[in-house]
This record gives sequence, structure tokens and C-alpha cells, in this order.
Amino acid sequence: MLSRFGKWAVALVVLTLACGHAMADDTLAKVKAAGKIAAGVKNDYRPWGFLDPSGQIVGMEVDLAKDIAKRLGVELQLVPVVAANRMEFLTQGNIDMIIATMSDTPERRKVVGMIEPQYYASATNVLAPKSAHLHAWTDLTGKKVCGVQGAFYNRGVEQKYQADIVSFAGVPDALKALQAGTCIAFVYDDTFIQSTLSAKDPQWADYEMPLKSEDPQPWAIGVRLDDVNGPFGQFLSKTSEEWHRTGYLIDLEKKWGITPSPFLVEMHNKYAAK
Amino acid sequence: MTIVEAFKHLNDAYGINLSIVYDPFDRERFVHGFLMTLLLSIVSMALSIVIGLVGAWLLGGRSRLLKGATTGFVEAFRNTPPLIQLLFFFFAVSPFLPGAVNSAGQVTPLIGGVGWAIISLSLYAGALNVEIFRSGLEAVPSATREAAESLGYTRLQAFRHVVFPLAFRISLSALNNNMVNLIKTTTLAYAIGVPELLYASAAIWSESLNVREMMLVMLATYLLLIAGYTGIMNRVERALRMPGTDV
Repeated sequence: MLSRFGKWAVALVVLTLACGHAMADDTLAKVKAAGKIAAGVKNDYRPWGFLDPSGQIVGMEVDLAKDIAKRLGVELQLVPVVAANRMEFLTQGNIDMIIATMSDTPERRKVVGMIEPQYYASATNVLAPKSAHLHAWTDLTGKKVCGVQGAFYNRGVEQKYQADIVSFAGVPDALKALQAGTCIAFVYDDTFIQSTLSAKDPQWADYEMPLKSEDPQPWAIGVRLDDVNGPFGQFLSKTSEEWHRTGYLIDLEKKWGITPSPFLVEMHNKYAAK
Repeated sequence: MTIVEAFKHLNDAYGINLSIVYDPFDRERFVHGFLMTLLLSIVSMALSIVIGLVGAWLLGGRSRLLKGATTGFVEAFRNTPPLIQLLFFFFAVSPFLPGAVNSAGQVTPLIGGVGWAIISLSLYAGALNVEIFRSGLEAVPSATREAAESLGYTRLQAFRHVVFPLAFRISLSALNNNMVNLIKTTTLAYAIGVPELLYASAAIWSESLNVREMMLVMLATYLLLIAGYTGIMNRVERALRMPGTDV
């Protein structure tokens, strides 16, 4: 027989496991009724989502979120997220969509709906001091490599190359630890590393992106699983298609000084031809 | 059906994803996380008790300088949040210490994340232990101390053989509370990338996307860990019971 404490513990477990599947309302109708849409964006990922000197979150993905809000005729609420919490924020209903450099992977598709066509793509690379003389991914074997919690490739780098990943909550902490010599390299999206290096900030003058980018993955807008085939998902899908067809994404890339991505050119050609 | 298959089935059929049971990679991370939590707890406990004893000894001494320094240390570490102390050591103090140059020509800190976590946790819990031992020492009747001294004990001898054993027994329950708190505080090491239990769990849930399951597993693990510790300490308290007193 269960003790009284045991019964409560079981009830708590069942309740916790049962939560999180309660939200099934149509998000498009909800957003329009509330006149407000909440988007989860990054605030430490220049120039996709970062803080400007006045403390506002700006960037390419923020522009995308603004465009979506404008099309819906609603107010935009930006919620800063990190890799480790963005999907929970979405499933719990704190935000209505994720536009936060999220790679579309099969594991994640079990938890969130991924909007197609995807709006960007990145691969994995490392930022390392030139003095480390890294040439191949296998040079990372047995070395400490800084990373960010929740990035999908941490596990792959750890398993494939036996690197020792030390991961931090956010990008600034991980970069600080790299500069302090806690690790030999920082593993992250090549897009971020490229734009960090091309910003010509003197603190990164002695750093490089020495490896061949690996494992390219497209970035998708994330919505709740119930929404992906519903009206909200269809609306976002059509919007994303239009972004590609009209060259809006390529224009934004230019606006934010991002190195042109072959992915966007390919997608533009594909949709413009239709 | 093996246990591994059963838990895979639990995930596929019911969406209850306990990847630490069926996925060897996640399991290893979780076990390592648990061992790191144990290591942090045990080493920090031992060091914090030493710090507490030394501090309490200095507070009872004659040197005003040492007394003042000890009081300053206690106040500084008792009155600031332990997370801030940890971040301060790791991000503000560490870069200014001399480092070693590794094979890649990089200057690497001599003390890594684990080292700073142990130092920071020991100082934090140690500051509280100073106060715990001081109050224990003050609770020893001065008549007892005088009796020891009249028998020819030096101050150190009286402390070692008479005052301290009594004071330690009096302090034991407050000390245990602080040590339980210390075990829980080891989770802060997560913030500087020390792969303890919370870090391992966070890595697992952000990749296997099983937040709820891992939260429950983590809660249960800490519950068992601390229940184990208090179980042992209750036995110690009973074994050290002083007949004729309240403690």
C-alpha cells in the first residue's frame, strides 16, 4: 500500500507528465483576437537577433518577426530565448512562434512544428585562436571545446571527434571562457562565427574559423505541433515562400551585412521560377 | 523485452522519454553528472569544515587583526549570493591569475571550472560554518573551560580535548543543515560549465527534448542523495549523543 506521501508523489508525477498538451486552440485566431503576437528571438546572436546600444532587440530575424506581425495587422512582442528554453517556451504557450536561429532536425520535429520552406541555413564550425593551429575536426579530439547549451551539434562533435564539450548558458559566457583559455575552440553556427570575424572587432583579430563547415541544416520558424498544418502554419509557410520569391531575405541579408548565403540564392531561384 | 526496449517503447508509444535508461550516451552523461555532484559535495564539505574550524578558532583567539579579518571574511561570504561569488571567481578573478601555456600556445588557467566551483562553494559554506562553530564554542560553559585550564591544560589542549568535542556535538545539527544546503548549492556550478547533475540533465533535455521527464528524474535524484546524507548523519548524531544533556 502506498503511504500518503507516496500517493501525492505519484499524483504530482502524473500531473506533470499530463501538462503541456493542453494548448490546442488555433493560434492564428487567438493572435488576431488578442491583437498581439509573441515571437521568441535571440538577443545574443549578432546580426540575426541582438541588442542595439539603446537596449532594443534588433536584427534580421527581428525584421522577419516584424514583417509577420505587419501582415497580420497585430502588435509584435519580442521574447528573448536561448537554445535550451525556446521549444519549452513555445509548447507552454509563452510565445506563439520561434524565429531564433533554430535548425530543423528530425528530433526537434517530434516536439515543434517546422515551417517550410526554411528561411536560412547554417552549418557547424569552430572559432579558435590562430595559435591553436587547428586544421581538421579530428584535431579537437580530447580537447576542451566551449559550446552553448542546447545546440544540436554538441552531441555530434562529442561523439564523432571525442571532443570534451564545456557548454554555457549563452554565447557571451562561452566566448568569455574561450578568451580566458578554458577551451581551445568555440563550436557554433558558421554563420555566427563568420559575422563575428567579419565585424573586425580587435578582440577577435587573432581568431579564425579554421575548419571545413560540417552538417549544414536549414533554419525554420517553429510553431506548436497543432499549428503546423493549421491556418497559422499555412500562413507562415506562404509568407516564407514569398520572402524567398521576392528576394526579401537576400535584401535583409545585405541590410545586416551578412556574407551572402548560397542557400538563399538557391531558394530564390527555385521560388522565383515557379 | 529488455529494460532498454521497454523504455524505448515507453517513448515511442506514450511519449515518456527517459533517454537516460535506453540511450548509452545520455546514461553515461547522467552518471558522470551524478559523480561530479558527489565529488563537489564531498570535497567542499571537507574544506568548508576545515575553514569553519580555523575561523572559529581565530575568532576565539587574542589577535585583533586575525579576529577582524575573520569577521570580514564571514560577512563578505555570508552576505553575498553564492552564484555571484562563483561567477566572480570564474570570470573576474581567474583571468588575472598566472596561467600555464598549453601545446597550442594558449594561456590556460591553472584552476579550471571544477577547481573554482570547489573553492567558491567551500568558502561560502565555510563562512557559515565559522558562525556555526563559534556559537557551538560559546555554548560550552565557561566553568568547563576553566576546570580544564585549572587542571593544567594549555589553551590548545583544552580546546582539543575538552571544549571542541563538546562544541562540535552542540554544533552538529546546525552543521548538518548547512551541509544539506551545500549539496543543493553545488547545482550553481552549472553556470560555469562544470558537468554536474544539473548540467548533465540540461544537456540531455535540450538534445533529447524531454524536459519534464528530466526534471522529475533530477528532483528524485536530489531527494535520494540528500535523504542518504541525512540518514547517515542521523546515525552519527545518535552515536555521538551525550547522555545527561539535550544534545
